[in-house]
Amino acid sequence: MHLHKYEKIWLVFGIVSLIVFLSVVGVSAFSQGHTPAGGMDTIDPKKVNETAPFDNPGVTQLDDDTYQVAIVALAFGYTAPDLKVPVGKEIVFKVTSTDVVHSFTIDNTKVNMMVVPGRITTKSYTFEKPGTYLILCNEYCGTGHHMMYTEIEVYEE
Amino acid sequence: MIAVQDRKLALWNIGVAYVAFLIGTLGGLLQVFIRNDALQLPAWLDYYQILTAHGVLLALIFTTFFIFGFFITGMSKSLGSFGPKVRLFSWVGFWVTLLGTVMATAMIIAGEASVLYTFYAPLKASGFYYVGLALFIIGTWISSFALVGHYRVWRKNNKGQLSPLFAFMTITTIIMWIIACLGVVATVVFQYIPWAFGWTDTIDVELSRTLFWFFGHPLVYFWLLPAYMAWYVIVPKILGVKVFSDSLARLSFVLFILFSIPVGFHHQLTEPGISNFWKFLQVVLTFMVIVPSLMTAFSMFATFEIAGRKNGGKGLFGWFTKLPWKDIRFTSIFIAMAFFIPGGAGGIINASFQLNEVVHNTLWIVGHFHITVGTPVAMTFMGLTFWLIPYLTGRKFTKSMKVLGLVQIITWSIGMVLMSTAQHLLGLLGAPRRTAYSGYNDHPSAMDWFDGLLTNHVTMAIGGSILFVSAMILIYIVVMTMFLSPKAVEPKDMVDFPMAESDMSRTPKWLENWWIWIGLAVLLILIAYAIPLSHMIQHAPPGSEGFKTW
Repeated sequence: MHLHKYEKIWLVFGIVSLIVFLSVVGVSAFSQGHTPAGGMDTIDPKKVNETAPFDNPGVTQLDDDTYQVAIVALAFGYTAPDLKVPVGKEIVFKVTSTDVVHSFTIDNTKVNMMVVPGRITTKSYTFEKPGTYLILCNEYCGTGHHMMYTEIEVYEE
Repeated sequence: MIAVQDRKLALWNIGVAYVAFLIGTLGGLLQVFIRNDALQLPAWLDYYQILTAHGVLLALIFTTFFIFGFFITGMSKSLGSFGPKVRLFSWVGFWVTLLGTVMATAMIIAGEASVLYTFYAPLKASGFYYVGLALFIIGTWISSFALVGHYRVWRKNNKGQLSPLFAFMTITTIIMWIIACLGVVATVVFQYIPWAFGWTDTIDVELSRTLFWFFGHPLVYFWLLPAYMAWYVIVPKILGVKVFSDSLARLSFVLFILFSIPVGFHHQLTEPGISNFWKFLQVVLTFMVIVPSLMTAFSMFATFEIAGRKNGGKGLFGWFTKLPWKDIRFTSIFIAMAFFIPGGAGGIINASFQLNEVVHNTLWIVGHFHITVGTPVAMTFMGLTFWLIPYLTGRKFTKSMKVLGLVQIITWSIGMVLMSTAQHLLGLLGAPRRTAYSGYNDHPSAMDWFDGLLTNHVTMAIGGSILFVSAMILIYIVVMTMFLSPKAVEPKDMVDFPMAESDMSRTPKWLENWWIWIGLAVLLILIAYAIPLSHMIQHAPPGSEGFKTW
């Protein structure tokens, strides 16, 4: 098959940039742990409120440097009492839904998690700045979708 | 001129497409005014109902019917008139697709299906909405098989020959479409319909999402490939040159069969149930489509340069000024291509694994598909409309229509630049997509989003209004060229189908051996999906009951 010389140069340039680019993304993901929200845990969507950790939603300190935040999303809000976490510590968010698909998205951060009934989504994040952050749902969930939000307070120790 | 019966078939498809376009763009206009709190809807109408109609009618109905109108015309032109069987099945396909469309649209209007065009379970619409969607897909399959039948007859009568480029590309697109639809048909027929009618109690949500996105990403290539066909086959003829390279064009198309399907996970990067390894593998496969895209970009600019130099353009860039900028058939498609440069770059950002968290489900995504399907694809279709309808009706494309066409293209571009730039920037700041007006109880960071020079509700509303004006101009052109413009009697007034010559003498025969490409596509799909999908099924949680939250 005939390829023009300039076309060969163009394609080689494109393919090499593609390899470089994917390597950067891959190394960042798998050797530095920069992976998106996810998780393989399942849960019975009808028994969320009696299943750990969602039987006791909110903030739990796991050890000196790690906190867990368990959240249940439902139309149109989050059952999470009084979310307050310290700055500079690893926060492990665990979120599930008792009804439809939602998201758990914290504005101005990289926490952007799809919440799927029957599944537990996990994301670990460390806040760098104190303040009150807006949490909102960015997956359409019904008439009140745009009213679904809450807040998290990040305090300095 | 193609056979009268084939013209009628194509015109009906295009007619339905533009009815959907009319209602869909009206929905878009309402949305920008609801979002900036300038418009209160009456109690019987809901923002999300309009949003569902806007998405379904423009992204699914307008595109699909237009594409079939274009395919039918081009297949009849390049392979000869349809036989009676091909014609019959094309009509059956058209009516089944239309029946599905009407059923789904009726459910949306009745407020029984405000589930958006992604219809994620366990939002539960009326069962007839899903039946409508299934009929829609089955209808497109019937129409597709009719065209495949036409192609097979041609192959039988022309043994050992490569088919014309237009036919080759049509068949490529159809093969990709049929394989892609298997995912959505599986979920709708085996999961949604039994569940929506109450024959089963629960649905596996993550599985339904995965099957949907098996279809959802190649769907965008089903829109894009017909636009690419116009770029490869129509544009060179308008410029007065041949197709740059026949083999290159065919190779780039078959690569789309391979790399547009096993990539759906890149729409599911931030959700549970799929491990990082499989997400990343599909990210890598996603980026493979960059290769045929770069090939296409090269071919296009090579074609432009050859044409410009032929017209006397000199120097490194002199050819650029010698392109036929006053020809609306060319200018429209050129602008469409220009929009695809930021559009494609945005797509690379979206699919970049962890980077997706920054933009997922924000207004950025809305901005992205308005400068991909909303302009490169839609404006290419507009550019085709300007000659396709007069060609089919035998009417003139008058001087005043040419001027109006130019106004329409320019207003669409301006409106889209304003609206999509605002949407991209708002999304980067964090503003979510698919929401009615909300300030989140005047939360300061939500207030900040809309406080910028470009990132405010006004920019989006101005952009949306200009787009609507542009859409109405187009509807006027469609109505005129379809029913009212004077008939072309003189040969100079006849509008032609510009189909470029393509030199096949150096094109290898294996490019048209479909079993190679279907086989490789199936292999890649198995590699990308077999293990994660079977894991998802074997380790499924208890299913979800349906909810009607609207």
